[in-house]
Amino acid sequence: MRAADALCEALKAEGVDYVFGIPGGASLPLYDALYDADFEHILARHEQGAGHAAEGYAKASGKVGVAFATSGPGATNLVTAIADAVMDSVPTVFITGQVRSNLIGTDGFQEADVTGITMPIVKHSFLVTEAKQIPDYIHKAFHIASTGRPGPVLVDIPRDLAEVEIDYESIKGKPNLPGYQPTTEGNIKQIRIAAKALANAQRPVIYSGGGVINANASDALRELVRADRFPVTSTLMGLGAYPAPDEQWLGMLGMHGTRSANYVMDEADLIVAIGARFDDRITGKLSEFAPAAKFIHIDVDPAEISKNVPAHIPIVGSAEKVLPKLTGEYRALEADGSRLDEWWSRIEGWREAHPLSYEDSDSEIKPQLLVEELYRATDGDAVITSDVGQHQMWAAQYYHFAKPRRWINSGGLGTMGFGLPAAIGAKAAMPDEQVVCLAGDGSLVMVCQEMATAIAHDLEVKIVLMNNGHFGMVRQWQELFWSERYKAVAMGPSPDWVKLAEAFGWRGAMCDQRDSLAEALRETLDSPGPALLDVRVTQDENCYPMIPAGSAARDMVG
Amino acid sequence: MADSKISEMKLADLEVSSGLTGRKHLLSLMVENRPGVLARVALLFSRRGFNIDTLAVGPTDDPDISRITLTVDGAVHPIDQVTKQLHKLINVIKIRDMDPAGTVSREMALFKVNATVESRAEIMEFSEIFRAQIVDVSRRALTIEVTGTADKIDAFESMIRPHGLIEMARTGEVAIARSRPES
Repeated sequence: MRAADALCEALKAEGVDYVFGIPGGASLPLYDALYDADFEHILARHEQGAGHAAEGYAKASGKVGVAFATSGPGATNLVTAIADAVMDSVPTVFITGQVRSNLIGTDGFQEADVTGITMPIVKHSFLVTEAKQIPDYIHKAFHIASTGRPGPVLVDIPRDLAEVEIDYESIKGKPNLPGYQPTTEGNIKQIRIAAKALANAQRPVIYSGGGVINANASDALRELVRADRFPVTSTLMGLGAYPAPDEQWLGMLGMHGTRSANYVMDEADLIVAIGARFDDRITGKLSEFAPAAKFIHIDVDPAEISKNVPAHIPIVGSAEKVLPKLTGEYRALEADGSRLDEWWSRIEGWREAHPLSYEDSDSEIKPQLLVEELYRATDGDAVITSDVGQHQMWAAQYYHFAKPRRWINSGGLGTMGFGLPAAIGAKAAMPDEQVVCLAGDGSLVMVCQEMATAIAHDLEVKIVLMNNGHFGMVRQWQELFWSERYKAVAMGPSPDWVKLAEAFGWRGAMCDQRDSLAEALRETLDSPGPALLDVRVTQDENCYPMIPAGSAARDMVG
Repeated sequence: MADSKISEMKLADLEVSSGLTGRKHLLSLMVENRPGVLARVALLFSRRGFNIDTLAVGPTDDPDISRITLTVDGAVHPIDQVTKQLHKLINVIKIRDMDPAGTVSREMALFKVNATVESRAEIMEFSEIFRAQIVDVSRRALTIEVTGTADKIDAFESMIRPHGLIEMARTGEVAIARSRPES
């Protein structure tokens, strides 16, 4: 069998139903094999779009997302998506064509050392040197991408090797990777110590992250939180693992988190971090972060434990395996729940004093109102993708996610332009779900070519464009921290988004009236096929509350 | 019953280590012998802001496996974090943080030193004391090969330097665990 066909067989054996990509010279043999493959290829309009679509597919489904690109510029266009996938631990396999093996190292046409370029941003990578490696590397790539802490794996295939005839046998079982044995179970002794610490804590809090969603451990998280009246907060990446409309839910923590969540972290005596990595948007000033707390840190990646904040009780393992054991051990201790009464009365005080709020307007559409209306119009049950900036933070604050894998955004890398291609990937993965990209106007213009992809493949995604005419978050920082010296933040003459949408074959509509917003949203969401609603919101609204970068939680502003 | 189990522990008693050990660490990495593995290890160090003090790479008795021996300053970098990051590299099979007491480590160095008629005898005397070999001789210089622990080579360097060190090349340490004494 031709090696390129063996590649497709291997992909099929891994359960692939969609791949995203753009062809080119070095990937011609691969695309010739795709001609006969019985999974679908979605033609993106830019390789970055293909990469984010693969991520959106993976985040929505939990399966491995696959993107194809050709050598040189095709492969380098994938780099942002690969970096995004490593930061947010997204299980993805990136397959790139490479120039013929005899041209490697000669600066041949469309040659780029993509294995070298991506080395610091992949979980692992393979440069194929013999044709027979191709199916084996695919098998290994899927295993590495999807187990342990998930992440991107790159397979770079020289064009000539893809055309070689090889013996293909379908590969079964775990691949032989002597240097890769992720620990998932969690040490039971450590778990018992953690349970005792929880039973001793007077002011505990559970801080959950994207790892809980990656491990499909949302139910296990709920069990743990409800094993007592533990307050629970989550990172941007962890939203939806615990249902937001719930008594024990504090809201998101961190830079634009709720005051209650951040104050709870500030005064807690025990913080249970689960699949979260204490990044700087969470901790603020590290030396003043959670000064009273001891830390239990549960993570499948041992290198995350004690990386930023030293853990008193480290537990290496996946949330899916560790949390049920921790819940069981905790319940067996029969701790007295009333010890938390005082803590809860303090928390209730913060909640009453500092609810999330904004000043509504009679005339303008406030961006927060747009998110609230979107929440209502979708019954809080849509798959929401977003770009990066103010609209992303408002979505995190005001769209109260109740289920995992409903909130798909770029957290770690903060990639503007993530939302639309991610929505395309998510829709391919979840055809029966309502998929809405809540976009920023600064972000959407970076990837608007992908509107063509949605039309061509009949993927019914909606874009709700929060149009404030600015790079709003940068504008906010210039206002607050750079003496209102606004530079390069006004978008100037924006495109006519309705015409642009229509040019791509989408339905386009615009709304600048507060009173007609709900109606306009409903029309856009209910219309068949891809549709965009350009919503003109207040231009100079700031996103609050906020921990200024480098400050402590108790110094929140707004 | 339940209460006594809970009260076995006090939150206040939980402690963490600083992460810094304050001493040099010699890490021995068994890695897959394939292209790009050294690049991955080196990139990881630069990416995470760790500094490699010495590095030696060579084959092992198994042709599929190479050994990378490197030294890292545990006073500057948290060794635990360094080894955990190294473990994440798929091609790294095994890492040993070599215990100084249980390890035989050696480094080789070549010194080219000014050697005048007056100083030549003294340099040769030092070389003898350090069991160093003179491997090249010219009218004005001697080239000396020294093998030993990094400390021994440091000591030799400090003895020889006042004579005028022209050039020096060191291999970086390689190490192997001592066999356990028979009991």
